[in-house]
Amino acid sequence: MLHLVLFLVFALGCVAGAVNLLAQRHPIDSALSLVVVMGSLAGEYLLLGAEFVAAIQVIVYAGAIMVLFVFVIMLLNAGVEERTPGSRVALLLGVPGMLIGSALVVWLLLERSPTPAVAAGALPGPPQTIAWLLFHDYLLPFEVTSILVLIAIMGAVVLASPPATTKKES
Amino acid sequence: MNGSLAMVPQATDYLRVLPEIVLSIFGMAIMFADPLLKERPPRTLGTLALLGSLLALAATWVQAQYPGFAFWNMVRVDAFSVFFHFLIVAVTAVVILTSFEYMEVEGIRAGEYYGLILLGAVGMSLMSSAVELVLIFLALEISSIATYILAGFRRRAAISSEASLKYFLLGSFATAFFLYGVALMFGATGSTSIQVIGAALSSFEVPALAYAGIALMFVGLAFKVAAAPFHIWTPDVYEGAPAPVVGFMSTAPKAAVFAVLLRLMFEAHAPGRIGLIWVVAALSMTLGNLGALVQNNVKRLLAYSSIAHAGYLLVAFAAVPDSGIPAAMFYAASYAAMNVGAFAVVSHFSNAGERYVKIEDYSGLSSSSPLLAAILTVFLLSLIGIPITGGFIAKFYVFSAALQSNLVGLVILGVLNSAVAAYYYLRVIVVMYMREPRGEVPVSAVPAGMGAAMAVSLAATIYLGVLPGRVLDYAGRAVAEWLH
Amino acid sequence: MVPITTLHYLVVAAALFVLGVIGVLTRRNVIIVLMSIELILNAVNLNLVAFSRLWGLHGQVFAIFVITDAAAEAAVGLGILIAFFRNKETVNVDEVDLLKW
Repeated sequence: MLHLVLFLVFALGCVAGAVNLLAQRHPIDSALSLVVVMGSLAGEYLLLGAEFVAAIQVIVYAGAIMVLFVFVIMLLNAGVEERTPGSRVALLLGVPGMLIGSALVVWLLLERSPTPAVAAGALPGPPQTIAWLLFHDYLLPFEVTSILVLIAIMGAVVLASPPATTKKES
Repeated sequence: MNGSLAMVPQATDYLRVLPEIVLSIFGMAIMFADPLLKERPPRTLGTLALLGSLLALAATWVQAQYPGFAFWNMVRVDAFSVFFHFLIVAVTAVVILTSFEYMEVEGIRAGEYYGLILLGAVGMSLMSSAVELVLIFLALEISSIATYILAGFRRRAAISSEASLKYFLLGSFATAFFLYGVALMFGATGSTSIQVIGAALSSFEVPALAYAGIALMFVGLAFKVAAAPFHIWTPDVYEGAPAPVVGFMSTAPKAAVFAVLLRLMFEAHAPGRIGLIWVVAALSMTLGNLGALVQNNVKRLLAYSSIAHAGYLLVAFAAVPDSGIPAAMFYAASYAAMNVGAFAVVSHFSNAGERYVKIEDYSGLSSSSPLLAAILTVFLLSLIGIPITGGFIAKFYVFSAALQSNLVGLVILGVLNSAVAAYYYLRVIVVMYMREPRGEVPVSAVPAGMGAAMAVSLAATIYLGVLPGRVLDYAGRAVAEWLH
Repeated sequence: MVPITTLHYLVVAAALFVLGVIGVLTRRNVIIVLMSIELILNAVNLNLVAFSRLWGLHGQVFAIFVITDAAAEAAVGLGILIAFFRNKETVNVDEVDLLKW
C-alpha cells in the first residue's frame, strides 16, 4: 500500500513537473520544474531499489547539471519567449502526433509478457555490486568516459573563451 | 574469448585497443604541448598530431595481429573492425594535413583543434570495434561531441556558431532517441551485448518492444549519417563549419556509424530491417540529389551530395549479408577517399574567411590553376561514378549486391538518381573548364601539406577504381570471418 | 489494490519521453529545448533502472553512464550557446531562428 502511494506521488511529481516545464514561458521556471522532475525520479529509483543511482541523480543531475543550467540562464539574461505562427502549427500537429505515439508505446509495453511485481525496498543493487560491474565488466567504458569528459571540458573552454584577436576574418 | 575469465585486463586486451590508446596519448600530449609551444607556429602541433595519427595507423597493424575479444566482450577485433580502424585513422591523418594551411589562414586555436580531432577519432575507431551498446553509445558521444565543437571553430563567423548550435541540438535529440531505443532493447532481451541480443532475437519470437527499440536506434543513427528524412541539419552545418572539419565529419564519423549499423543490423538480426532501410535509402537518394540541383554554394552542394551517397550506401544494407556488407565497406572507403579530397580542394580554394565557396567563383579554374581543376574534376567524376574511379566500382558493387537480393525497385531508383546527380557535378566541371576566369578570385600555390593530402586522396580514389581487387577481397574475407 | 509492477514505471518513462519530444519540437527557446532533451534522457534512465529489476544490475550501470554523458552534453551545449550569443551580440534567446527545421 505504501509502495502504491509513494509510486503515485513520485509519478505525479514527475509528470506534473514535465508538463509545467513545457508550459512555462520563462526558462527559470522551466529549470525549477526540471529540478522537481529529477527529485521525483530519484524517489522512483529508491522505490526500484536503485539507491546508488538515486544518489547520483540528486548529486549530479539535480545538483551539478541544473546549477549549470540556472547559471547560464542568469548569464544570458534570457527572457520570456514569444509564440510564433510556426510554433503554434508545431503545437497543433505535434501534440496529437505525440499522443498517438505515446499510446503506441504503452501498447508496445503491454505486449510484453506480464512483468513481475516490484516489492518496495528490496535491494537488488548494493553499491558493491555496482562497483564490481563498473570496474570489471564495464572497465573499458568507464575509462572511455574520461575521454568523453575531457572532450567536454576542452569544448566548453574553447567555445566560451573570447575569440583570438590576432587574425581578422571578413 | 580469451581474457574473459581473468580478473584484470591482460596485455592482449590492451593490444586490441592499441590505436585508441595511441590516439588518446597524442591527443593529451597536444594539450600539454599547446601552452609550451605558444611562440611556435601552429604547424608544430599539427606535425605532432600527424605523427600521432601515423603511429595509430601502425598500431592498427599491431592490433590486427591479435584478433579476438577484449575487456570482457566489450570490444571485438576482427578483419571488419581493422578495416574501419584503418579507414578512420587514415582519414584523420589526411584531414590533419589539410588543416595545416587553414589553421594559419584563419588563426584558429590549434591545440584544441588537433586535440579534438585525435580524441574524436578515438571514439570513431572504438565504434567500429565495440560490440556492446554501452560502449557504442559512449564512443558515439565522443565522436559527436567532438564534431559539434569542431563545427563551431570559426569563432568569428556567426554562421559557424549557428551551425554548431544547430548540429548540437538536433544531434543530442538524435542521441536521446538512440538511447531510448537501447533501453527498450535492453528491456526486450535483457542484454546490451550485440551478440546476446542477436542470439535472443533469433531464438524466440521477437517481442514488439524489440521492433520499437531497433526503430528508435535506427532513427538516432540515421541522423548521424545524414540519411533522409533526418538530414535537415546537413546543408546548414556543412555550410557553416570550417571546410577541413566538413571533410572530416562527412567521412570518418559516418564510416564509424555505418560500421555500428552493419553490426547492429546483421549481427543482432534486426527485425524489420529491409522495409526500414528501403524507405530511408530511397528518400535519401532522391531528396539528396534533388536538393543538390538548386545549390550555388559548393559546400551546400557537397552536403546534399553526401545525403545522396548515404542513401546509395544504405542500399547495400538491404541486400543479403554476404554481398551487401563487403559492398557497404567498399563504398565507405571510396566515399571517404573522394570526399576528403574534394573538401581539401574546396578548403584550399576558399581562402581566408571562406570567401570563395560559390560555384561561380570556380569559373575558369582550368586556366588559372590547371592542376587544381584537374584534381577536383577527378573527385567530382568519382562522385558521379565514372569508370576508373573508386566511385564507379563502389556503386557497381552496391547495386549488384542489391540485384542479387531482388531489390530491383531500389536499384532502378538508384541508377535514375545517379543520372540526376551527374548533372550538378558536371555543372561544376563545366564552370571550371568552359567559363572565363574571374580576375578577382586569387588562387594561391598549394602548400606541401595540402598537396600531400590531395595526392593521397587522389591516389586512393584511383587505386580503388583501377585495382579494387585487394580491398574487395579483404572485405569479403572480413565478412566470412565475422558471420561464419 | 493493484500491485505496482515494472510496467507502471515504464509508463511513467514513456510519458516523460513523449513530453520531452513535444518540448523539443514546439519550444523556440534553446535552453528549454536543452531541458527537454534532458527530460528524454531521464526517461531513458527510468526505463533502464526499471528494466534492471527484471534483468539485473547492468541497466543501473548503464544509467550511471547516461548521467555522465548528460553532464558532458550539458556543459558543451551551454558552451556552444554562450559562443552563439557572443557572435550574434544578443542575449535574447528568442532571436534564435533555429527551429526552422
